[in-house]
Amino acid sequence: MAKLIYDKSGRLLFTKEMKREYTLLMPQMLPVMFTMMKRVFELDGYKIDLLTSTHRGIVETGLKYVHNDTCYPALLVIGQLLEAVNSGEYDINKVGLLITQTGGGCRASNYIHLLRKALEKAGLAHIPVVSVNLSGLEKNPGFGISLTLIRQMAAAMIYGDLIVWLSNQCKPYERIAGSSDELIAYWTDKLVTSFGNGVGLRKKEMRRIMKEITKDFASIDMSSQRDKPKVGIVGEIFVKYAPLGNNGLEQFLLDEGCEPVVPGVTDFMIFKINNRVVDVDLYNGSKLKRFFASIFQRYIEGLQSEMIEAVKTQSIFRPMGTFSDLQRLIRGYLGYGNKMGEGWLLTAEMLELIHMGINNIVCTQPFGCLPNHVVGKGMIRKIKDDYPQSNIVAIDYDPGATKINQENRIKLLISNAERIYDGFDDEVDLLACGLDYAEIDENIIDTGNDDSEGKGKNKRSNRRKGDVSGRGKGSGKGEGKGKGGRRHRRKEKEMTRVRF
Amino acid sequence: MRIGIDIGSTTVKTIVLSDGGELLYSSYERHYSQVREKAVEQLKQAAVVIGDEKPTIALTGSAALGVAKSSGLPFVQEVYATAAVVKARIPDADAVIELGGEDAKIIFFGNSLEERMNGSCAGGTGAFIDQMATLLNVSVSQLDDLSLNYEKIYPIASRCGVFAKSDIQPILNQGGRREDIAASIFQAVVDQTVGGLTQGRELKGKLVFLGGPLTFLYGLRKRFIETLELDDNTAIFPQDAQCYAAIGAAMCAESQNAQDYDDILRLLENAADEASDESPIMPLFENHDEYDEFTLRHAGATPEKIDNESYSGDAFLGIDAGSTTTKLVLIAPNGGILHSYYSSNKGNPVTIILEQLKEIYQRYGDRIRIIRSAVTGYGEELIKNAFNLDLGLVETMAHLRAAKYFNPDVDFIIDIGGQDVKCFKIRSGAVDSIMLNEACSSGCGSFIETFAVALGYSIDDFAKLGLFALAPADLGSRCTVFMNSSVKQAQKDGASIEAISAGLSISIVKNAIYKVIRATSAEELGKNIVVQGGTFLNDAVLRAFERIMDTQVTRPGISELMGAYGAALAALDNWEFGLHASHSHSFGNQETTVFANIGEYSKMEISTILGEADLSGFTHEVRPVKCGACTNNCSMTINMFSGGRRYISGNRCSVPLGTSNITEPNLMKYKYEKLRLMQGKGLGTGERGKIGIPVGLNMFENLPFWFEFFTKLNFEIVLSQKSSRELYILGQRTIPSDTVCYPAKLMHGQVESLLDMGVDNIFLPCLPYNFDEGISDNNYNCPVVAYYPELLAANMPRLKTIRFLTPYFGLHKRKGFISKSALYFKEQFSIPECETKKAAKAAYCAYKTFITEIENEADDYIHYARKNGKQIIVVAGRPYHIDPEVSHGIDELICSLGLVLITEDAVSRRMTKESRKVLNQWTYQARMYNAARYVIENDDMQLVQLVSFGCGTDAITTDELREILETNGKLYTQLKIDDISNLGAVRIRLRSLIAAMENSLVEKS
Repeated sequence: MAKLIYDKSGRLLFTKEMKREYTLLMPQMLPVMFTMMKRVFELDGYKIDLLTSTHRGIVETGLKYVHNDTCYPALLVIGQLLEAVNSGEYDINKVGLLITQTGGGCRASNYIHLLRKALEKAGLAHIPVVSVNLSGLEKNPGFGISLTLIRQMAAAMIYGDLIVWLSNQCKPYERIAGSSDELIAYWTDKLVTSFGNGVGLRKKEMRRIMKEITKDFASIDMSSQRDKPKVGIVGEIFVKYAPLGNNGLEQFLLDEGCEPVVPGVTDFMIFKINNRVVDVDLYNGSKLKRFFASIFQRYIEGLQSEMIEAVKTQSIFRPMGTFSDLQRLIRGYLGYGNKMGEGWLLTAEMLELIHMGINNIVCTQPFGCLPNHVVGKGMIRKIKDDYPQSNIVAIDYDPGATKINQENRIKLLISNAERIYDGFDDEVDLLACGLDYAEIDENIIDTGNDDSEGKGKNKRSNRRKGDVSGRGKGSGKGEGKGKGGRRHRRKEKEMTRVRF
Repeated sequence: MRIGIDIGSTTVKTIVLSDGGELLYSSYERHYSQVREKAVEQLKQAAVVIGDEKPTIALTGSAALGVAKSSGLPFVQEVYATAAVVKARIPDADAVIELGGEDAKIIFFGNSLEERMNGSCAGGTGAFIDQMATLLNVSVSQLDDLSLNYEKIYPIASRCGVFAKSDIQPILNQGGRREDIAASIFQAVVDQTVGGLTQGRELKGKLVFLGGPLTFLYGLRKRFIETLELDDNTAIFPQDAQCYAAIGAAMCAESQNAQDYDDILRLLENAADEASDESPIMPLFENHDEYDEFTLRHAGATPEKIDNESYSGDAFLGIDAGSTTTKLVLIAPNGGILHSYYSSNKGNPVTIILEQLKEIYQRYGDRIRIIRSAVTGYGEELIKNAFNLDLGLVETMAHLRAAKYFNPDVDFIIDIGGQDVKCFKIRSGAVDSIMLNEACSSGCGSFIETFAVALGYSIDDFAKLGLFALAPADLGSRCTVFMNSSVKQAQKDGASIEAISAGLSISIVKNAIYKVIRATSAEELGKNIVVQGGTFLNDAVLRAFERIMDTQVTRPGISELMGAYGAALAALDNWEFGLHASHSHSFGNQETTVFANIGEYSKMEISTILGEADLSGFTHEVRPVKCGACTNNCSMTINMFSGGRRYISGNRCSVPLGTSNITEPNLMKYKYEKLRLMQGKGLGTGERGKIGIPVGLNMFENLPFWFEFFTKLNFEIVLSQKSSRELYILGQRTIPSDTVCYPAKLMHGQVESLLDMGVDNIFLPCLPYNFDEGISDNNYNCPVVAYYPELLAANMPRLKTIRFLTPYFGLHKRKGFISKSALYFKEQFSIPECETKKAAKAAYCAYKTFITEIENEADDYIHYARKNGKQIIVVAGRPYHIDPEVSHGIDELICSLGLVLITEDAVSRRMTKESRKVLNQWTYQARMYNAARYVIENDDMQLVQLVSFGCGTDAITTDELREILETNGKLYTQLKIDDISNLGAVRIRLRSLIAAMENSLVEKS
């Protein structure tokens, strides 16, 4: 065991000696990106193990060591780390824990502290906990984030988002099962290897590589019928992405014959940086910090637009929106100051999905998640009013929630999604009831430009949006639309008529 | 021909439709978790009508998912199926409400179709009604009949079954009429459905009611009709309503999938259950030898033997009127048991005690003389008054007394009863810290019993089944509602009844350990652990406890009677104390301090308990009334007994009791009243118009600031109405998230009340940051406080008719606020910037003045307490906990118990910042840590933490606060509050605290 050194507040530090001897355990969240991150850290000389376990023992350990009313992700992450430490696979005198820390008014900022409390309870207080953050919280002599590392992580994030975005559009349609996964493995490996050689980090290189990636995914042997119901996933970041957190939601949707659409993590990163800019705008503060934050924001935004351009090179793929699209969409719903947890971004992502024509959305959250009372469940009513075609279900994740109840609710969402595709009908004239199921927006990418202008106006005039009685034409958004001319195509499909 | 099979959580429904849509066959039966078998059975019965036809089939229902998957038969989601059939049969319906065994669903037609199912925490509708019927010891249909004859409706928490149960128990125990309770149960179902599922969309027009409970329960129907103000034209209860989902499934079945009946039957029969996940849980006992060793080890702990056939002499009576069970023990002076009784309350503890007393008199006649009688438990006051008993004592003390009998060195007691889990650590013979469960852990003990009965087993047989289960089912540990649905999932996954029995025992123990004790190892508890309570009679539970904590414990043979036994022993102590101590009151025997009026009783010769003659003429009448003596308008129950004895319950203050209402100083009340005065024009002219302010959440802190700010700007301040349950109901249907805290939910009603008052502007800023008081690492508000205004704007349509101001401000940055607010109010009201800036500066001063006044007032209280030898309670919560509707009068209760009350914010600034083990980043929460540190420096202070249900930040603060207090020899008391809080449970906690405080005083003297 390395010598234990503490800082002034009594926090156990991760020393340079530990860097040489210790293995750092890291919980899984974004399977593709974290796999790359692990490799990136390894390039920097760390020994890293990415934990991919999903068994029930994790929850049990979490329940034992973490206050049971704490959010589910904390319980899982801490449970997973402690399980691993106690598994006997590691020398408990030569292991450290790595955990990301975002900071902010959400209780999630407390994960690292809860983890230390849990270690203490378990008699493992000698295990160092390393915070990965970009806010300058908790520094460690043996763990520094260099500029190179930041660039590598940023690149890993962008590439990871791209790969996930593309593979999600391939997987449901691939003719040879597993071909998308193979390509994911191929590219993640290739990318990190090239990072090691200092290649693939510059914007120009990224542009080229991302186009290559896109091309590769486009050439996967896929069915020409790309008409599976598309289901968006938004939510608290851990349960949104981590299969451990959401009981394998993406896989469940795939099994049910849907195409999952998961907005990437790049927007979240920009959102967190942008919060610093917004704070100064709203409340005053250091202009210098604001300046640096906005430079950083622009850097990532630049990478993001390269990514979008790359996707656009293959017409078969639906491109993602930009961060500024999200900023425009959220107007009239939440202020930019709403930044705790996923903040306004979560609602904006739902709006973005709807504007992409993806009306079916699973809004995931840990049971009792504080910010999501407002930005998740709290906004569904308004979205539904503004976009009556939207089909959103909020699912709580919790150690005690049964999978069957969750799946049944998602099934309901999917039934309604399929109704759109099957042109469900019966003797009753659905159109007369305003149930315009047959109407869909397909393959229309709407950046939300025109709509958000209208929204701004609507807010100022406090006008009630959407004259719903005149529907049949669109999303019922009233003034908001208009010149943008969203086209609507009636799905011409044989209707199965049932006689009663 | 079409077949639809709906497999729900409790029932299977099979229907056959002709091609013309005619219902040819239908059946509706409970499946008792024999899901597939029941479906096959019903399908076989339907063979007659199917004949040689090639039918199409579809399955639906939550439990059909697995069956459909393994059989390959088509599946239709049940809400989708229901929507289809309603659209076809009742085309002009506006909404559908369907209640099933576990799920509640609502479908809105009209402009946009919306289908919603209840959230995870609102589980159990049919199952909930079943449980409540068991609680009242009636069948579901009897419950229905009872409800039709109600006189009054009690407010019962509609959040979930567990909460409702903890509300019903005290009503039962205080003698509430069963008719009223039955109707109240149905009303709770209605409130939950309407409040939890509509989420802002109005229920109006033609409503269709479906599902088993709504088909068969007329009382429930009636509650819906009255609550939603429906009539025969707008409330539709269609024929076959219980089978609608099945009919819908049949309608949705794809006609091209027609297949032979025999094939369908074969597919269904062969639908092998999916292999259940391997259980991570070890069996309770590997073999019978282990079990024998275990039983032998636990056989020892029994009371002294006594020959009750021949005994004559003195006797002492102890009664434990628990929440679900009544226990009675009659002992001889040596502690031997002459008579004992244990039974479920069956809704009326008074009747049970009456019968038992009669039996005792009949059996023993003149052979014994009851010297003292004592009662403990929820029904303490009721029983004491009913039978004129001598003593009442708080449960914790009774349990401690009994545990000491079996193990004088006891240092940890855990009692799992039907309703409550109580744990206490004992240090040098006195209670050192008390852990009582909060609502979510309630009812675990009785859950096993209810469950066993539902499956047709006795509790003993059911428990035995689990002892040797090879792979106990993992059923979670959150609460009984979640466990209930986990059981159903486990059953569908093919778990055996043995596995479930073992799993339940383990889950209940885990709930107690993870949620109540919060310990990870036995060392944290102690060396001499005594377990008790009826639930521990169950060997599986006992074994699970020993297994999980990896320790060996003492379980007395009368584990279920310990409360009553402790009461009897206390009665004995009291008599002995009277014999030995001639003067009335002296510290020395610490048990005796549990009786407030010791002096009076300890000298008596014989118990005041009703004699045999009195019992023959015993009458008990219950009358519900609404107290009008003050603005609290308490819902009270008056119990009248023969001989003119009365017992009133449900009152918050002592006014209706006719005694004077003197209480100790109460800073919560002081603050609240001071804040309510902050309305009107102040020193300004009011010429700029009215600004409405909802008094909720952080307005309880910031109102002095905004009042000064706006009146300086010549606005008139209009405050929302005082909070009340009615106000909450007013805004309830616009609440989108049913798991948010009650103070936040109240905001909806407060805004509604302002809108009713006709204000043009409502001001409620978004404040992610709070004032920086220099006592924390950061100065945030919690996400709910910070952003709730935006939620209100999005969910309350009426707000669109006025100007609802929700700007983002940062009061922590004074300069920033002054300049930003100047710009904002210039934009909104064209107020010159310099004017706003001046007002802002004045506002900061006013806020500071207010804080100082509160702190000074607290100083006065502390001074008063010390002068008069009173103990001081620091109530640590949030500013909004001073709202009487949020705290439910806990403050008044504390003060009526002779304690002086001050609040956390009045003392938090007396301490400097100290680093914490958690991220100390919220201002309000940081105050609590400091208040706790202040309390440990003062011998005459204790801290009580108020926690709102659903408060996420308190999941972090509670452990930290407890640590600060307990490592410094203070008690940690947490009171969890929600929309309805029964003060009965709070009273027990507070009395336990007081008793423990007295003990520690004794120790010191």
